Amino acid sequence: MLQTFFNPAILKAAWPILLDGLGNTLLLSIVVVPLGLFGGLALATLASVRNPLVRWPLMAWVDFFRAFPPLVLLILLFAGLPFAGLELGGFACVCIAFFLNTGAYYGEILRAGIESVPAGQTEAARSTGLGRIQTMLYVVLPQAVRNVLPDLLSNTLEVVKLTSLGSVVATPELLFQARQAQSLTYNPSPIVLAAAVYFMLLWPLVRLLSRLENRALSARA
Amino acid sequence: MPGKPIVEARGVHKYFGALHVLKGVDLVLAERELAFVIGPSGSGKSTLLRCLNRLEEPSSGSIVVDGVDMLDPRTDLNHARQRIGMVFQSFNLYPHMTALGNVTLALRKVAGRSRDEADAVGRTALARVGLADRADYTPGQLSGGQQQRVAIARAIALEPRVMLFDEPTSALDPELVGSVLGVMRDLRESGMAMVVVSHEMGFARNAADRVIFMDAGAVVEEGAPAQIFEAPRQQRTRAFIGQIQRH
Amino acid sequence: MSNWERFLETFFNAKVMAKYLPDIAHGTLVTVELAGLVILTGLACGLALALLRSLGFRPVNFLVVFAVDLFRSLPPLVIIVFIYFGLPAVNVAPSGFVSTWLSLSLVLTAFSEEIFWAGITSIAKGQWEAALSTGLTYGQALMSVVLPQALRLTVPPLTNRTIAITKGTALGTVVAVSEILGTASSAVSNSYNPSPLILGAAAYLVLFLPVVVLGRWLETTMVWKR
Repeated sequence: MLQTFFNPAILKAAWPILLDGLGNTLLLSIVVVPLGLFGGLALATLASVRNPLVRWPLMAWVDFFRAFPPLVLLILLFAGLPFAGLELGGFACVCIAFFLNTGAYYGEILRAGIESVPAGQTEAARSTGLGRIQTMLYVVLPQAVRNVLPDLLSNTLEVVKLTSLGSVVATPELLFQARQAQSLTYNPSPIVLAAAVYFMLLWPLVRLLSRLENRALSARA
Repeated sequence: MPGKPIVEARGVHKYFGALHVLKGVDLVLAERELAFVIGPSGSGKSTLLRCLNRLEEPSSGSIVVDGVDMLDPRTDLNHARQRIGMVFQSFNLYPHMTALGNVTLALRKVAGRSRDEADAVGRTALARVGLADRADYTPGQLSGGQQQRVAIARAIALEPRVMLFDEPTSALDPELVGSVLGVMRDLRESGMAMVVVSHEMGFARNAADRVIFMDAGAVVEEGAPAQIFEAPRQQRTRAFIGQIQRH
Repeated sequence: MSNWERFLETFFNAKVMAKYLPDIAHGTLVTVELAGLVILTGLACGLALALLRSLGFRPVNFLVVFAVDLFRSLPPLVIIVFIYFGLPAVNVAPSGFVSTWLSLSLVLTAFSEEIFWAGITSIAKGQWEAALSTGLTYGQALMSVVLPQALRLTVPPLTNRTIAITKGTALGTVVAVSEILGTASSAVSNSYNPSPLILGAAAYLVLFLPVVVLGRWLETTMVWKR
């Protein structure tokens, strides 16, 4: 069993390839997370406008991209766009698909965060002469982010895990590299190694999240 | 002695949907004058106050504060609001900033002062309310009375021409009320024009120049404290005064 | 032909869609089946683990926490790939369907256990004490007093998480499960036309959009105001 799943020779050989993949996983994450946050912030601030003509299409957009499985979106872009004459590589497709998907999720989280800040805060700020944008920037957002930090972190964790979907469209991230190594050697050790890498990378965040979520839930009880 | 008018609200109407909350209210406040507004809940006194700095949009009427037409769309509302200080029942301090941060935020962002200037002005304001030594405390570390005093400092740091108080002591434990009223009395003595919505009748008797009684969205009677409390002319005023004096 | 018409011909080709509609409909059934099973086993096991944890045996709890952390850190696709491509090396060869179901169930178990556990522990000790002091057994106190309150707290985060994980049924394509994405993708390769994929996307929306909207409604009605 050990020879099958933890074959030292194969692990040693596969390690550099997997390391390469890890680099791409991290690169993807570093690109997608800020993009998604920015998109989410834009959605959330637009959602605080009271005009229903703005809110309804916005909510429809958010619900649409929350209902749409990210893999389907990715395949749609990767396999479908070439028919429209657009040949985007796997990396670009992943970035676009994830931007749309996580932007919607971050948008929902930030919107809930903004709504959780009491109206009195906005009133006090406006009464001292602060403009709408200044109030949002200096008074509302800092509190909103603080209130939904566990959800923001949790979603970020999901995004990093989501990068593994890139393997389906031949983006050379961690899982793709592991599968390549596995099919070359007919041995699943590289996959076990990849799993171990994911675990070591993400476990600290999972632990932190556990503690924050517990605290948030007891605060509500 | 009161001077020329600093607040002139005339014919203010406010509808919340079908509910007629303000029915053509007039309020004229002179410089250095303290007007105290009393009335049962639902009488519209808070709404009137909030119309003065346009936190509520009046449905009709005119509101001129320190010569600025508050309802004119061309008015720079943000700058106009700096001339009007407001203190809320629930303090509304920013929990993520220190007391000093609370006081200086608008100074830096709207009045455009440098950080050092703003800090100096902020510390002076906090000293005026007796909290100079609490400048670096966050609201969570302060008692209710202290928080409200920081809120007052936040308003006066902008050097307003008039201060609006919306039930400033109603959310405070009784033993903390005195400290806030003390600050309000000092403000009064230094010549600030003030409109106070409150139930603190003792304060009204001692410090107010004028008491305004509102009921069901209209001004029923106004006059000197002694007259309103001892010899009210209207039946409704008498009924209200009688009720609250029984407590 | 104008650009718009060419666009419609390519992406919304009625003939191609009609041809593959039965396949995609079948794929939809598989997706629903898979999702339903995942929700059932995932939530049931998650609740069971949380209840097990509440009994308080330290070595057991240690194992539970470790397993939960493990399945919260691993991407579901990695687990699927391991089960389907890795296990055959030790003569265990689950089908694509079973691999996907097992993987997603393990992930949902882990996440829901955390949520149930947080819900149970956040119910104040006072509730336990009151129940036990009136003579209820541990089991009765749990069932009648603590669990109903805990469940109310857990519904919003649970619906969110469940929706996210069941969308993972699409991952079944990678291991040849003939759910929506799988059937749509092969239809695209067979017909050299992307319309089946659009049809598949529509099928996903029909399935999940109502769930998302329901989840939104649940969140607003079941949350106690702070």
